[in-house]
Amino acid sequence: MIDREILLEKMKTSPYKPMRGKIIEARMLTDKEKFFRIQLEGKINLGHEPGQFVMVSIFGYTEAPISICSSPTDKGFFDLTVRNVGVFTNKLHTLNKGDIVGIRGPFGRGFPIDHMFGYDIVIVAGGLGIVPLRSLIRYITHNKNDFGNVWILVGCKTPAELLFKEETEEWMERSEIKINCTVDRADADWHGNVGLITTLIPGVDINPARTYAVVVGPPIMYRFVIAEILKKQIPEYQIIVSLERRMRCGLGKCGHCQIEGVYVCQSGPVFNYAQLKDFKGECHEKAV
Amino acid sequence: MKYASIKKEDLNIWLEYLSGRARLYAPRKKENLFVFRPVKDISEIALKYIPTILPPKKYYFPQKEKLFKFKIRPFKTAKAIKEFEDFILFAVHTCDIAGIQCLDVIFRESPEDPNYLNRKEKMIIIGIECLEYCDKHANCTSMGNHVPRGGYDLMLVDIGEKFILHINSEKGEKLIRGLTYIKEANDADMLSLERVREAKKKIFKEELNGSLAKIYETFDRHFASPIWQDVGRRCVACGNCTSVCPTCYCFDTSDEMKLSLNEGMRYRIWNSCQMEDYAKVAGGEDFRKGRDSRQRHRYYRKFKYPVDKFNRYFCTGCGRCTRTCMAEISLIETVNSLLAAESGTPERPSASGVAERGEAK
Repeated sequence: MIDREILLEKMKTSPYKPMRGKIIEARMLTDKEKFFRIQLEGKINLGHEPGQFVMVSIFGYTEAPISICSSPTDKGFFDLTVRNVGVFTNKLHTLNKGDIVGIRGPFGRGFPIDHMFGYDIVIVAGGLGIVPLRSLIRYITHNKNDFGNVWILVGCKTPAELLFKEETEEWMERSEIKINCTVDRADADWHGNVGLITTLIPGVDINPARTYAVVVGPPIMYRFVIAEILKKQIPEYQIIVSLERRMRCGLGKCGHCQIEGVYVCQSGPVFNYAQLKDFKGECHEKAV
Repeated sequence: MKYASIKKEDLNIWLEYLSGRARLYAPRKKENLFVFRPVKDISEIALKYIPTILPPKKYYFPQKEKLFKFKIRPFKTAKAIKEFEDFILFAVHTCDIAGIQCLDVIFRESPEDPNYLNRKEKMIIIGIECLEYCDKHANCTSMGNHVPRGGYDLMLVDIGEKFILHINSEKGEKLIRGLTYIKEANDADMLSLERVREAKKKIFKEELNGSLAKIYETFDRHFASPIWQDVGRRCVACGNCTSVCPTCYCFDTSDEMKLSLNEGMRYRIWNSCQMEDYAKVAGGEDFRKGRDSRQRHRYYRKFKYPVDKFNRYFCTGCGRCTRTCMAEISLIETVNSLLAAESGTPERPSASGVAERGEAK
């Protein structure tokens, strides 16, 4: 329905204009990933759900969609963790405490927290997948009594690539969260598991009907992880995935993020497996 | 008065009047093709034309559009366009009006796009009904866009000595109010209009070998069809088909800096799903690798996805993509081959539940 009054009002402002975000903390987490803590003007909260993203602007370099890696329960700021992979992120990595970026958002749908109350949660993070999942993990640690048992399975190529090391150790100390890490290739200091993340899944003891599995990582990883989780009999709509896509607007217009008729920036980036499995092509999200 | 009429000899007087009211854009000849241009000389306006190289989209969704001004130090953003100007699109074909209606749906959908809405607010559309085919590439009849279906302020129909004017909005009414040479249509005029429409029925026949419902169903089932590989093999990924499409609206953004390197402008620029990097992410994953999957995506964005979402086909039948294609990929041909492939496969059990046993694969 078109309400002219409302339309006329909306025509006065632009959703393309970013807010001012000040970097209040910046540090390298590994040699490729940098962590940023950002404060909006007036220290207002971003008001996001875990799993949502923002469009980060650097004037002269346009914009990129970046996952928010802090929880809405972290007040007065929000966190981003960015890998240096292209022109935009390269520039972003040169920014430090006190520098200003543009922020639009939050955009999309986050993890279905409201549906996950009272369930056991299995979080599976592959590589950079831990970044959006950190928002969920922090949310759960701040609201632990809402959830059942929580497993966190983290995998990456080498121990040097492991993100949020200190935080992971803190999570490990908490008795109500079980955390397990694995690397593809160990180094001399590594005492944990070695092997693909899929090897950790059979060991998780769950009641599938009462469990949500949240899987984030590169397509090659979650295809195999989902196949493994499906073996555990977790219902398809309780398997949650977050997708990465090229995005230029965040508003469901520019077209880049589309999978078939779905705009990932608006309907995603978080989907459940039941939503994804029927996509005929164009995405690598199908379990093998 | 809902229908008015104007004598052909008075048309130029009216056009003079219109050009004084707002900026007037109309089609005119450019070499052997046609283009929409600001009207400088009324005698140059072409009333009979094959669809212009670019649809009038360039005026309400410009190829390069200012989004906002910015300053790096101190961080500041500002409106890029202070005021949008009134303009009249004159002699727009019904297929292109259908294209405008498609973009209306897209940009009105929440979150609304203020740039488009502001331009649309200032736009007046005066259409002209085609009484014969522009050329063999049009499939407007199959899409139901060969006759006016709203979306305009005024619609001109040539009935011989006169044009009938269908008044479809307050904005349109204002453009003819108080003009002595535009009169309320009389019974004879209305009879002529009826005759013209009758005659049209004999000329305009469905160009695609199946109803829209059938086409939709066919697309639903032929995602993996080898036809897409064939189209992909011929496609050169130039993106012409999307540039000329009245319902393509994908864009990219770009920042342009002033010499000071402290101030600049963010633009949005038409982009094409046919481009190689269109769905590629920074890490290198490409979600629509191959020209076949990108061409298929374009077709599905006309005949399947928008139907699911808005119950609207995003092909207007203008035929531009076929006309402009360097590899001679024809939309009519592609859709008809899909339909042929569909009718060649065993029928599915009918809705009434009477299944042809043993025929299903």
